Amino acid sequence: MSPVAQVRAAELIATRRAGAYHHVTFVAPGIAESARPGQFVAVAVGGPTSANLLRRAFSIHKVTPSGTYGGTVDLVISAKGAGTQWLTALRAHDTTDIVGPLGRPFPLPAEAAPCVLVGGGYGSAPLFWLAAALKERGCQAHLVLGAATESRLFGVVDARRAGDSVHVTTDDGTAGTKGTVAAVLPAVFRETGAVVAYACGPMGMLRSVTEISAAHGAVAQVAVEEAMACGVGVCMTCVIPVTGNDGLTRMVRSCAEGPVFRGDRIRWDAFDGGRCTVPEDAVGAQAMRSH
Amino acid sequence: MALDLSTSLGPVTLPNPVMTASGCAANGKELARFFDVDRLGAFVTKTVMAQPRSGRGTPRMAETPSGMLNSIGLQGPGIAAFCAGDLPMLKDLGARVLVSIAGGTSTEFADVAAHLRESAAFDCVVGVEVNISCPNVANRGQVFACDPLSSAKVVALVREQLPRDTPVIAKLSPDVTDIVSIAQSCVKAGATGLTMINTLLGVVIDTETLRPALYAVTGGLSGPAIRPVAVRAVWQVAAAMREGRLPTVPIIGVGGVRTGRDALELVAAGAAAVQVGTATFNDPTAPVRVLEELAALVAGKGFTRFTDVVGVAHDRT
Ligand SMILES: Cc1cc2nc3c(=O)[nH]c(=O)nc-3n(C[C@H](O)[C@H](O)[C@H](O)COP(=O)(O)O)c2cc1C
Ligand code: FES
Repeated sequence: MSPVAQVRAAELIATRRAGAYHHVTFVAPGIAESARPGQFVAVAVGGPTSANLLRRAFSIHKVTPSGTYGGTVDLVISAKGAGTQWLTALRAHDTTDIVGPLGRPFPLPAEAAPCVLVGGGYGSAPLFWLAAALKERGCQAHLVLGAATESRLFGVVDARRAGDSVHVTTDDGTAGTKGTVAAVLPAVFRETGAVVAYACGPMGMLRSVTEISAAHGAVAQVAVEEAMACGVGVCMTCVIPVTGNDGLTRMVRSCAEGPVFRGDRIRWDAFDGGRCTVPEDAVGAQAMRSH
Repeated sequence: MALDLSTSLGPVTLPNPVMTASGCAANGKELARFFDVDRLGAFVTKTVMAQPRSGRGTPRMAETPSGMLNSIGLQGPGIAAFCAGDLPMLKDLGARVLVSIAGGTSTEFADVAAHLRESAAFDCVVGVEVNISCPNVANRGQVFACDPLSSAKVVALVREQLPRDTPVIAKLSPDVTDIVSIAQSCVKAGATGLTMINTLLGVVIDTETLRPALYAVTGGLSGPAIRPVAVRAVWQVAAAMREGRLPTVPIIGVGGVRTGRDALELVAAGAAAVQVGTATFNDPTAPVRVLEELAALVAGKGFTRFTDVVGVAHDRT
């Protein structure tokens, strides 16, 4: 397994609003240096006696390995529960415990190739960093950002800087094309000839990116957002059904084997309304039937 | 003065009393990124059954005040793959391994134990923890640990399969009317030790959707929220041993340990060793941190041997 650092007192050095989200910067030496786009950190919330024991996982928005403060990591947080509210209420010089980098990063194409990068809501957070890494390899990076409404888009300005082209969609039409990313993706594939799609966002969007990619002969690499208790591979709460090279489906940990999976390997048929049923043909599903 | 941290699991002596808890530490390589697992008194593996198991659907987890509810469904590779992969890897890491096993029938428990005994890496095994908080197929899915007879049968069959000098430790459920009577029948059937406690059954409702939060509806409650229940269980069984109502065997305390102070509660109530479970999700180094904190606390109180603190609170009521 890849090396991981635990920064027990990661100091917050900046926090600012970004539409409906908060963009925070922590000093986290040891994490910033080795992280790659698509990896995440697991952040403790509420301090050492917190009643919220479970770490919160955030995709890394960007890293600055050798800033004035030592390595820093940036995260984009949607304050929707007790833990994320505590994090977004932190002020400069407050600290928390951060573990990372965790998980498998987005695999980069071996050769220069046109790519589409799709982000849903704050799911766009890691894409600008990914776009820079792709461009370093001579790949084109075409960005598509979608959200329910304008305030829930993240990084439209960054996207114009990072992307070879940018498309924006909102469900309510407050910015860009009205509709979901599926409304613009087929045209983006046709115009750019993209052979790889990278996506990060809600499950429904990842499924749709996978299907549209397949229809255009492209491979989708999607970063899933599953509920995680530990983030480090020890609790088995974060599993999803994924088909391996041997054609067998297994319940695999999205924190350890993921969070990035090939979209066509995820058993989308198992997901429904925020739940996932173990497919009947999954390895070990038979044994569950007896007890 | 140097503190002697060693503790005994009956036939086996461990260099210190702190362990991981089954299902809260996977099988070694994940936590080895954070600390050397040979620093622990023992490494307790995720409960393994005869066959590979996919576990349950998701969500499998809900956060609760100072704890969590989980319904993993004993996901695992099955005993053959465990012996071929996980156990040798733990041996390479230098771990002393307490292997947690289960079955849907008492014969499945025995088969798993028999397979384990034949493993080439069996010499790193310091004991077998028998997870009887597991549904009994023959008893409409009631867990074995609810019934003294089923518990005893499982323990006896596992005992038969293992060498005499391998500790057999029954892990009890707190969701019973009288935990002492379950402890009695396990020890009578050949258990050389007891682990207390497994999780407590709970339900969380998602008030947004007004549905149960977990796919499996019910789940096991763990974390600091259940610590007083664990301390009570250890206390009651240790008291019964002192009164001669059952033979004295080592007790391993588990439930809500986050700090050395928490561990000391279980120890003073009668636990000769302590496991750290849910706290590991909050801090991956929690097991070794708890060990350091516990050692400092015990030494700070003037003790020179850890074993002198075990059960000390019973003399101070
Ligand atoms: C996610 C999770 C998985 C668990 N899996 C097992 C298991 O496989 N076998 C077992 O005997 N106990 C299992 N347990 C119970 C723990 O080993 C422990 O008894 C319980 O959680 C109480 O300790 P804690 O409060 O320190 O977590 C599990 C607990 C959790 C939270
Ligand atoms: S979050 Fe714990 S195993 Fe993935």
